[in-house]
Amino acid sequence: MTKTMIEFKNVTFRYNAQAEPTLKNINLQINEGEKVLVVGPSGSGKSTLGNLINGVIPENFRGDLSGEIYIDGENAKDMSIFDTSLKVGTLLQNSNDQFVGLTVAEDIAFGMENDCFDNQTMQTKVNQWSKKLSINNLLKQAPNSLSGGQKQRTGLAGLLVDDAPILLLDEPLAALDPMAGSESIQLLQELHNELKNTIIIIEHRLEESLTKDVDKIILMNDGEIVGIYNPAELLKQNILNQYGIREPLYIEALKSIGIDLNKLHDIDSVEAVDGPGVADRIEQVSAKAKSISKYNASADILSIKKLNFAYDKKVIFNNLNVDIQKGDMISLVGKNGVGKTTLSKLIVGFLQPDAGEITFNGDNLLNKSIKERADDIGYIMQDPDKMISKVMIYDEVALGLKLRHYPKEQIKEKVDHALKVCNLYPFRHWPISALSYGQKKRLTIASMLVLSPKLLILDEPTAGQDYYHYTEIMNFLSQLNQEQGLTMIFITHDMHLMAEYSTRTLVIGDQTILRDNTPEKVLDDEALLAKANLKRTSLSILAKRFNVNYNDFSNYLISKERDNQHE
Amino acid sequence: MNSNLFGYDHNDTWVHRLTGTSKLIFFILVSIIAMISYDYRFIFLVLLLSIFAFKQSQIKWSQIKFVVKLIVVFAVLNLVMVFVFSPNHGAALYGTRHVLINLGYFTITKEQLFYELNLGLKYLVTVPISLIFLITTNPSEFSSSLNKIGVSYRLSYSLSLSLRYIPDVQNDFKEISLAQQARGYEISKKGKLFSRLKGTTQILIPLILSSLDKIQTISQAMELRRFGKNKHRTWYMNRKFTKKDYGTILLSLFIVVIGILFMKMDGGRFYNPFV
Repeated sequence: MTKTMIEFKNVTFRYNAQAEPTLKNINLQINEGEKVLVVGPSGSGKSTLGNLINGVIPENFRGDLSGEIYIDGENAKDMSIFDTSLKVGTLLQNSNDQFVGLTVAEDIAFGMENDCFDNQTMQTKVNQWSKKLSINNLLKQAPNSLSGGQKQRTGLAGLLVDDAPILLLDEPLAALDPMAGSESIQLLQELHNELKNTIIIIEHRLEESLTKDVDKIILMNDGEIVGIYNPAELLKQNILNQYGIREPLYIEALKSIGIDLNKLHDIDSVEAVDGPGVADRIEQVSAKAKSISKYNASADILSIKKLNFAYDKKVIFNNLNVDIQKGDMISLVGKNGVGKTTLSKLIVGFLQPDAGEITFNGDNLLNKSIKERADDIGYIMQDPDKMISKVMIYDEVALGLKLRHYPKEQIKEKVDHALKVCNLYPFRHWPISALSYGQKKRLTIASMLVLSPKLLILDEPTAGQDYYHYTEIMNFLSQLNQEQGLTMIFITHDMHLMAEYSTRTLVIGDQTILRDNTPEKVLDDEALLAKANLKRTSLSILAKRFNVNYNDFSNYLISKERDNQHE
Repeated sequence: MNSNLFGYDHNDTWVHRLTGTSKLIFFILVSIIAMISYDYRFIFLVLLLSIFAFKQSQIKWSQIKFVVKLIVVFAVLNLVMVFVFSPNHGAALYGTRHVLINLGYFTITKEQLFYELNLGLKYLVTVPISLIFLITTNPSEFSSSLNKIGVSYRLSYSLSLSLRYIPDVQNDFKEISLAQQARGYEISKKGKLFSRLKGTTQILIPLILSSLDKIQTISQAMELRRFGKNKHRTWYMNRKFTKKDYGTILLSLFIVVIGILFMKMDGGRFYNPFV
């Protein structure tokens, strides 16, 4: 008989600060050795569910809790957060913020130190697990100096030394580039196969986290469990989009070309999915594809010449040249740490180049202060908290206009408009602290839009957004681009985003622009993708499997998608 | 890298290999006794000893020249100020008055010079001792050393954590300041003084909020790994005491005893050659 590791019976929880319960009448059962994905849009209560499993609630957040929770057979009521942590190892969302040790080895040993293990045991275990996760050559390094994937491995090693039977991971993909993310998911799969532990992954990126060994997917919405499915079942249900979860790209494509999902076998794997008529239909639509005219080349708006930049002695750019035309919708991609953010910062004046020229509409930008550049160029940082300085939403958006001495009525008009397009108007009198991460991100976009910039640079605009908000933001941005000719550069790791919304892709690498081409051409070049730590999309895997040209296939889908939007 | 905060140089001499605890004990005991005593003979002995240890730990001048220059400037300034404010302090202390140069208020006496010589030596002696501790102790050992000498592990851990986060906070400060300038606060030289000031204060709110957020996350992460569960904890970086460690502690006790003997001999903190 299989053992039940986690059981929720009629669990309802309401945070003290909130009027409505965040979780309503949750019933679920997770068995030993199962791998479970918890998916749901932002605000669906999936993080709260995680916090109930690892004991952070009620330890750190007060509220009304009813119902019963059993962890490994014990009633959670009788367990302290310390007891629970021996059963459930938790990897928090941002691995950067959870490092406590000055070196990797100390960080791995942290839990054992608190359990008063002797040094001999600690060293043995640290060596054992660091070897297993291939970080044994990094033991003496400071965690901050590691790459995203290495950081995550360090965090994982620190949990695995505890031998906890359950692993809980909160959005493990959030801070990783596509390649590192896929390595991380693969590592989890290997660990699961070997250790047979119970793994719970909270993610809204279903496609990336869906591996063969996933037993259950718990779909949450609005504080409730919509259903608990096995992967194939869920994909056939055709309900993901409605709950703000992005369907895997290949499923979306198959649906779009009119395939009945119910007739497919192996629907949960892009490598194996097939069914009657699939091959024919894919071939048929690819032959029909028309090339899409995207380039609307007009005058240069931003032009960078012979740019050199180095942090201390580390050269980031060496002779980088690029011209950006008015109306371009550019995706800036490349490995983490290769200089995507640095390039944006050079443009907006946060950093000064060592040599080279940057001109905007013919004016030399290098003589201008950050404020002066901001009149034309809006820069939206990845972390919204670093940009927000007011308490109330309305004031935050109005700030830039007030500082530029606009009259009051005009400020109100512009702010209201910006809040409406960013879907924040109903909250205009709210304090900013009440907003979710995604809402804050839209707030920072609103506070830039209000200044009517001519170029918008967005650092990871969709990071941390569920599919619903992702589509909303991106449609809104491309609308701005099409209607007002607003030029945009977005830094992204998301290959879907790049393919769907950008007209031109700049791949950064080797201290310069590695490639400047259409997104389709970039996605078709495997060597380039590998070099830039990017990943092929499941769409291109599908195209390859059925022997059609990826460009044709994706062009068909994109033009179809656009036709749908126009209707 | 943040481990450079302490100036730790990753070298490998016998001084580096001593545990942080024994070096901390040496540092505390010897600097206290050197601070108490005003007997130049004793302080000079300690100085010779610490210069020897300094040489042994192979610290290079380039590692310390900034700090040393800073300390020398302040020490000299301090000695001058002592003379300016109470040029007669030495005479009052030692009970005699041997005038060297008569300048009215600023009359220079042998006693004053002698007193300030002792004072200067005291400043001088603490420099190598503290630098040895800071440069040869792995920051990872810092909190465990504090804990070993009786400071609670929560306090010592939070101390070393806050040191670890200083560079992060500096970084945040810079980023937020730049973001605020982009919003329209002119902090650059092109702005008026008032608006520059106002812009700077605007950085504080997001900085405090982001730091509080960080603190919450880190304390949650620590609790989830059972920090605070037991009254004690062990330390990964802890090393076993060797003979040299016991030797170091014995030596520091020995120095304290010598210092006390000198004080017995002198009949107080001050050695008085004038009677």
